[in-house]
Amino acid sequence: MSSQAPDLTSSAAPDRGDHHAVPAKRHPWLLFLRRHPTVAVGGILLLLIAFAAIAAPFLGTTDPTKVNTIMRTRAPSAQHWFGTDVLGRDLYSRILYGARVSLLVGFTVAVLSSVCGLVVGLFAGFSRRMDAFVMRIMDGLMSIPSILLAVALMALNRGSVGNVIFAITIAEFPRVARLVRGVVLSLREQPYVDAAVTSGTSLPRIVVMHILPNTVAPMVVQATYICASAMITEAILSFIGAGTPPIVPSWGNIMAEGRALWQVKFYIVLFPAIFLSLTVLAVNLVGDGLRDALDPRFAKKI
Amino acid sequence: MTDVRTAHEARLREAGTVLEVKDLDVSFLRDGTWRNVVRNLSFDVRERETVAVVGESGSGKSVSSLAIMGLLPELTSRVSGSVVLQGRQLLGLPEKQMKTVRGRDVSMIFQEPMTSLNPVLTVGFQLCEALMIHSAMSREQAEAEAVRLLDKVRIPAAKARLHEYPHKFSGGMRQRVMIAMALACKPKMLIADEPTTALDVTIQAEILELIKSLQRDEGMSVLFITHDMGVVAEIADRTVVMFNGDIIEKGSTENIFEKPADPYTKALLSAVPRLGSMQGRDRPLRFPVVDKTTGTSDVPNEVADTVRGSETPVLQVGNLTTRFDITSGLFSRVTGRVHAVENVSFSVRAGETLSLVGESGCGKSTTGRSILRLVTPQAGSILVAGRDISSMQGAQLKEMRRNLQTIFQDPFASLNPRLSVGRSIAEPLVAYGKGTAAEIRDRVAYLLEKVGLSPDMATRFPHEFSGGQRQRICIARALALEPKMIIADEAVSALDVSIKAQVINLMLDLQAEMGLAYLFISHDMAVVERVSHRVAVMYLGEIVEIGPRRAVFENPIHPYTKRLLSAVPIPDPRQRFVSKELAASEIKSPVRAPDYEVPPRIYREVSQGHSVQVWGEEWGA
Amino acid sequence: MFAYVARRIVATIPVMAVVALFVFSLLFISPGDPATVIAGDQATPAEVERIRHSLGLDRSFIVQFADWVWRLLHLDLGTSIFTNLPVTTLIAQRIEPTLSLMIVTLIVAVSIAVPVGVIAAWKAGTWVDRMVMAFSVFGFSVPVFVIGYVLAFVFALSLDWLPVQGYTPITQGIVPWFKGLILPSIALGCVYIALIARITRATMLEVLQQDYIRTARAKGVGQKGLLFIHALKNAAVPIVTVIGIGIALLIGGAVVTESVFAIPGLGRLTVDAILRRDYPVIQGLVLLFSFLYVIVNLAVDLVYTLVDPRIRY
Repeated sequence: MSSQAPDLTSSAAPDRGDHHAVPAKRHPWLLFLRRHPTVAVGGILLLLIAFAAIAAPFLGTTDPTKVNTIMRTRAPSAQHWFGTDVLGRDLYSRILYGARVSLLVGFTVAVLSSVCGLVVGLFAGFSRRMDAFVMRIMDGLMSIPSILLAVALMALNRGSVGNVIFAITIAEFPRVARLVRGVVLSLREQPYVDAAVTSGTSLPRIVVMHILPNTVAPMVVQATYICASAMITEAILSFIGAGTPPIVPSWGNIMAEGRALWQVKFYIVLFPAIFLSLTVLAVNLVGDGLRDALDPRFAKKI
Repeated sequence: MTDVRTAHEARLREAGTVLEVKDLDVSFLRDGTWRNVVRNLSFDVRERETVAVVGESGSGKSVSSLAIMGLLPELTSRVSGSVVLQGRQLLGLPEKQMKTVRGRDVSMIFQEPMTSLNPVLTVGFQLCEALMIHSAMSREQAEAEAVRLLDKVRIPAAKARLHEYPHKFSGGMRQRVMIAMALACKPKMLIADEPTTALDVTIQAEILELIKSLQRDEGMSVLFITHDMGVVAEIADRTVVMFNGDIIEKGSTENIFEKPADPYTKALLSAVPRLGSMQGRDRPLRFPVVDKTTGTSDVPNEVADTVRGSETPVLQVGNLTTRFDITSGLFSRVTGRVHAVENVSFSVRAGETLSLVGESGCGKSTTGRSILRLVTPQAGSILVAGRDISSMQGAQLKEMRRNLQTIFQDPFASLNPRLSVGRSIAEPLVAYGKGTAAEIRDRVAYLLEKVGLSPDMATRFPHEFSGGQRQRICIARALALEPKMIIADEAVSALDVSIKAQVINLMLDLQAEMGLAYLFISHDMAVVERVSHRVAVMYLGEIVEIGPRRAVFENPIHPYTKRLLSAVPIPDPRQRFVSKELAASEIKSPVRAPDYEVPPRIYREVSQGHSVQVWGEEWGA
Repeated sequence: MFAYVARRIVATIPVMAVVALFVFSLLFISPGDPATVIAGDQATPAEVERIRHSLGLDRSFIVQFADWVWRLLHLDLGTSIFTNLPVTTLIAQRIEPTLSLMIVTLIVAVSIAVPVGVIAAWKAGTWVDRMVMAFSVFGFSVPVFVIGYVLAFVFALSLDWLPVQGYTPITQGIVPWFKGLILPSIALGCVYIALIARITRATMLEVLQQDYIRTARAKGVGQKGLLFIHALKNAAVPIVTVIGIGIALLIGGAVVTESVFAIPGLGRLTVDAILRRDYPVIQGLVLLFSFLYVIVNLAVDLVYTLVDPRIRY
């Protein structure tokens, strides 16, 4: 503000009479976490599980693939905290190492499908001619229920973590493409994009400076939901035998192996089930919280 | 006229009080703290009286009316004080009883007719609902009464339209339906919250007339909330002025207008352009600036002559035509065409302001967008500083773009919320590679000062600024490349009255200093009168009248120009009892069949520079 | 209106074409030789050749595709490699349990989820709302088969109220048929209920903020009228949309649920086909379910016209 004496004929902007100005906030994140305890819970839980997965070799585990035919299907004990499975392998170790598979699949699918979806969505949003064509293809892909799509892809390939990631990514990225396209279409109507055009800004620059930053928020929220969905899909695929190969300890595999005995040795199915549910729950909580934080419509506190 | 007036005033003197508001206090819970938005509001409304509550945004006028009706959200608002309606205390009434009061003893109509009716229920259903809730009518009786109500608000073919859905009605029609719903149970009090703000000016005039006549017929009192002083003068017996939650002044409308006591009221009144006040002046005039604390005002000098007629005109538009296809049906066939801009020609000299005026659908915005090449015109030439840009592409177009910059209507959507203000202003400079980072920073600082802001604001973000400040930032951005002309597309329409005046003063100062030309697109005739050298009136995509501002405003020839001018509310309370004859009209839409042939138009010259389109029988005599 | 219906129907054709093309092309996208993969590690070269020939992989792509589409239009989905029966026969044998399961789940889920969502929106911010939101997060997080096992363990094994496994055809009595379907449909429906309840709540909240609700309140309409007459009809379009989209969850979940509860339906058929790498069966099932999904969403589009008068053109 000018420090001169008030000039009656000046057209300088005065303080009084101008409304809607909002002062900058400090430390919005702490305030947010305090108001959304569920996000804090989800975040901490997720960090714990990630820690357990990464530090698995140091957390009292043994080799998860070590077969021990003497100790088959033993109940939880001091020696085997979660018991042993059909082949005598220590369930606790298998479950901790299994966390690696789930987290890997979840995050990789989330990242890959976000990238693919972003590229396709941007293309469809900006190219008026190709838009209808591309979106028909996306609609077609989305019409195939994702598990079946993954199943069909896996049926033709050897089971491996990589193939599972590939299959689930194909099933999930059309959703991201549709989201990004929607954002692009609505942003193109914004006056500030028109202003950028009249200012002479080139199209690539408009995309980078004006479009992309506003797609980040919904994409991040969508990515967390995809992560959760991918983890469940991987578990289901492994459960029905179309996922990771039996040698790789994944929660779905462990449950598949324990399936036949579930009525008597339910713990083989129970422990991986708990871990899987907790992990997906944690991711969902974080996703919900991010959505509340980033989507202005839902951020209103009732 | 004076008899009507004296009779009315006599009646008022003897009238009882319908609504008495005392020490009304409203607070909202936001982000964990309680904010007091209305403080100690007291006023009353007598029988058959219209009281206007006037103020700018944030004044608390709408909030007060919602508080009277008990429509504020329960968990996040606190209301205290006293609201007595016909002897009955409304504050603190349990919801069950308040429900019976609403719609029957006091009704309310709102600002946005497009969203205020339920889109999935028929108009008839919504009307009958209003009737059947508060009385023991049967369905058939309610329907018959609904037809009568629609007739009363002058909706043609009422019986058939009862079974239609709101999306088949235009904005003005929907507002009439809302009024019918509000009056269904013959309440003694009607609260009208900015009911005409979102309507075109001719429709606004009709709705105001309708409200006035219904009030006379039904013997109702009206509490009218508005920000438009012209409307206040037209409709209110007494006025309450609010600012920032406090009541500033109240009294009879004549007193408020002629002898305002508070400096704020004086400032507010001086910021209101009065249609006809520019009689005898050729050049634009700044708004007087009133100090809000002392109340002293300056006397604006007429702006120096900025028009440089000897240079090549900055902009010459010739036979510009822009149309949009409408497709529908099985195979996306073209079923209609929007003739947004039809054969429009005009030119703007250096340093001159040409205004394009008209109502919704007249094509003024599309004309601006076509000139800026944001949409591609079908035909016509656009000469900028002598060169035709209508079919330029690529680097050539970019080079010419520097001459034409723009400001848009919505200050909130015109700036990328994620970019700092400095970066938004610098965007054109960066796009043209004008200088090093340091040089650009300096230029941004210079531009911010030019528009009356401080250079250290460059690092802040748009949400930290108010609407008026954001519009100034947009002006700074438009000035960055030193353009020859700025296209202002409803640039001040979304601003409060006093802010509007300040921004217009800024624009006029910049024109004097930098020799800028403006293409001023607006629907607000009073503002246009103030700022323009020349005016073009548009209707359905065509220019119907064009000429020097003085000629068009003092001697309008075309029937549409006359209709526009007569519809503008005049901020002179003494004109209140002159009733205008207004037919219930619709604003026509520029959508035509695909095979429509545009009839050739002839223009005849009335005087030097003043031309009128020759019109046919559709305009009457 | 007729034009709208016709247009929606025509619009499904390119979508189904993409589905068909994609499903067909899967054979060719995968790295390596599909015939070898299908034949398995233990197969002799002769068997691999037999499989290659039976799948028609020894002809050109266009010819194969044309031939495949031709057979498709005659409702011939190929022959199972493992059982040598036509795929359509296999499907016909197993379709009743799956359809029963899905329909019961659909009805149960919608009947629970929509009212729950409306109540949560009405009592937004209170403990009722928080409970509903908490339940919905759990519904999303716990996988279908986990819920299935828990339910089976508690209600069937421990309490012995309901059958643990198996399916009773409806011809053998409605009550046993229904009893056999309760646990599977609750397991399958959990995620569906969570999704619908959440969207219902969010949509109702958004609708309740609209101007026309304020107008109705100003008229004197009471809370019940606001919710059920004014708000719900406006919320119907997104709610019906999500019911349609959620069918994909039902289909995917059916595969697993039938495994857990040993229901001899299409889901079991899928699982068996995967284990045996019986590709024609997998292909046929994927096509069937996808087309079913497209038809369901077409029906959703048509339901819109009943609910929202603006969508008739």
